[in-house]
Amino acid sequence: MEYSILFLPLIGAIFGYLAKYFGDLTSQLLTTFFVCVSAILSIVLFYNGIFHGTYGNYLIYQWIASGNFVVNWSINIDPLSSIMLVVVSVVSALVHIYSIGYMKDDPNKPRFMSYLSLFTFAMLVLVVSDNFLQLFFGWEGVGLSSYLLIGFWYKKESANKAAIKAFIVNRVGDFGFAIGIFLIFMFFGTLNYNEVFQLVPEFSQEKINFLGFNLNLITLICLFLFAGAMGKSAQFFLHTWLPDAMEGPTPVSALIHAATMVTAGVFLVVRCSPIFEYSQVALNFVAIIGMLTAFFAASVAIVQNDIKRIIAYSTCSQLGYMFFAAGVGAYHVAIFHLFTHAFFKALLFLGSGSVIHSLNNEQDIRNMGGIWKQMPFTWIAMIVGTLALTGFPFLSGYYSKDAIIEFAYLKGTNIGYFATSVGIMTALLTAIYSWRLILKTFHGKFNNESLSKSKIHESGIIIIFPLVILILGSIFAGYLFKDFLIGHHYVDFWKDSILILQAFNHSHIPMWLLYITPLLVTLAIPLSYFLYIKNDRLLERIKTKNELLYKFLLNKWYFDELYDSIFVKPVKAIGSFLWKSGDIKTIDRFGPDGISKIVKIISKKSTKFQSGYIYDYAFVMLIGLSLLLTIFIFYK
Amino acid sequence: MIEIGLGHYLTLGAIIFSLGTLGIFLNRKNVIVILMSVELILLAVNINLVSFSIYLQDISGQIFTMLILTVAAAEAAIGLAIIVAYYRNKGSIRVEEIDEMKG
Repeated sequence: MEYSILFLPLIGAIFGYLAKYFGDLTSQLLTTFFVCVSAILSIVLFYNGIFHGTYGNYLIYQWIASGNFVVNWSINIDPLSSIMLVVVSVVSALVHIYSIGYMKDDPNKPRFMSYLSLFTFAMLVLVVSDNFLQLFFGWEGVGLSSYLLIGFWYKKESANKAAIKAFIVNRVGDFGFAIGIFLIFMFFGTLNYNEVFQLVPEFSQEKINFLGFNLNLITLICLFLFAGAMGKSAQFFLHTWLPDAMEGPTPVSALIHAATMVTAGVFLVVRCSPIFEYSQVALNFVAIIGMLTAFFAASVAIVQNDIKRIIAYSTCSQLGYMFFAAGVGAYHVAIFHLFTHAFFKALLFLGSGSVIHSLNNEQDIRNMGGIWKQMPFTWIAMIVGTLALTGFPFLSGYYSKDAIIEFAYLKGTNIGYFATSVGIMTALLTAIYSWRLILKTFHGKFNNESLSKSKIHESGIIIIFPLVILILGSIFAGYLFKDFLIGHHYVDFWKDSILILQAFNHSHIPMWLLYITPLLVTLAIPLSYFLYIKNDRLLERIKTKNELLYKFLLNKWYFDELYDSIFVKPVKAIGSFLWKSGDIKTIDRFGPDGISKIVKIISKKSTKFQSGYIYDYAFVMLIGLSLLLTIFIFYK
Repeated sequence: MIEIGLGHYLTLGAIIFSLGTLGIFLNRKNVIVILMSVELILLAVNINLVSFSIYLQDISGQIFTMLILTVAAAEAAIGLAIIVAYYRNKGSIRVEEIDEMKG
């Protein structure tokens, strides 16, 4: 069963692509079927894991065996990987189904479905790995599929640019990740999780000299691993690729850039909790980056106008939540939020995809409005998604997000308190931008000139069906699983897949903390209604009064411009310098060009020998003959 | 009265040989002259062969000479035939104008 979960998507990817010779539908059905089977099997696996404890390690193939160093391809099923399996394969299956409807006018359906399945396979490889090397393989595999899918519409230049940007920004993080793995191998001599995690306590005081600084080994490893996580999960400083990645088709955004791939960073930190627990510095760093990202992305999302970009920033912000949960040591809460977030964020993306689809690929929310009667079902789906995202009481986001804020408070350190306040503030911002999205898209007056309102209609059943499942997930996932994942007996579920050295003390949660977030997000609904529908002149006034701030937020804190001037332009200048004076003027001049020039000159000179007169040839022959004879006589 | 010996014959051969070689590449006018010079070189070699044959009391040198003369006659015939064919094509056998192999 474990093997089929992992390999069915790969088989689907290969045969789905080959099936294009039998028509698009064959390919779509084939890939979807395989991934759906995989999803059902992983739910069964998850269920068996919870109630029967059927965890284990399944070997596929010994990959590297060199002396004591052994790395296997294997399927490691433990609580953490089984919950990730469910998230990945279920969302992937729903997105596969959704894509059949969403991509029905696209000429390259088999390729799209095949990429989706390939991505699913890579992501599953990533989560079930039992060593860092296989993890890295999956890590790069998902990066590759993400690149392919962002640039799926390769005729659009912006899509190509976004794909390359995503790839290169990820390379920065992956470089750090690779160094982290090298360090682990260098000092621990192994890459298997179990062995590394057992050795960590022995090395916790070890110092090494790194670039002239005397640093704690564990801290260094954690920071480098976290660099990889930052890249993949679009955290502050390396977040710039995520909003641009929205150039890809919407199902891709839902699957890769909301529910699964971007959470790989969170998964990595949680998976490495036995390492991170031994470095307070690294944990604080993770928490700070998480907070920064959560707040930054939420603040930017408030003023963006592209429906998918708003949700992308929202994803970024929620990932920030997960990271600061991990940073304060509440790994199980981070994964719980990852779990619920996958449902409602995929729901929001697929819902927005439905809107975009119905509005002839319109993505600007300023050109929408008042269409809730035309597409009531999508409207309900988006409302549920938004309620869950903002943490409205008793929906899934409520349990996970409040738990993050709560645990940050329970940590009892300064960073913990700070994280609590940032979390509450960001929750309010989240509520405001989410409701802004809903109100601008579905309410108010219809603002699209190019499309008449009567033409807008609800999407087909094949698009609606995945939404139904995700609605159920968004509503009930939190309530059903909170006791298993973050309840008092969370250890019973997680067993030894995560390590929390300092247990949280649940005794003294102040009452106000439990009520403040739900209260704020509930209040945000009428507030947004007032701001964005009732009284939009007030909003304009705020905009013009705070022009500078508005511009700052609209331009995403000028990060793209900053990176452009710090990294892109100098690198371009260096590149062009090396190209023009290094390559053309030095290497080419003395290398290939120079040699060919010399050959030309010599051959030009030597052609003069070929006078064409017979007597010249005869003369040369004679000279040659006499020379040879002379040599023969003298050196006999 | 001096005795005519091997040295004289060889000197004669050498002179004829040199005349032949010089004739090939000092001549700028006529291809037939080149052909004649080639014959001269062959004849110089023949003289050498004959004189050594007598000197060494060995008949094989003279037999060789007869063969070479036959070959030379055939060669001259072919050479002249080529020149005639060339003249028909180009209308001239001036050496200066035969430079089609020029690089």
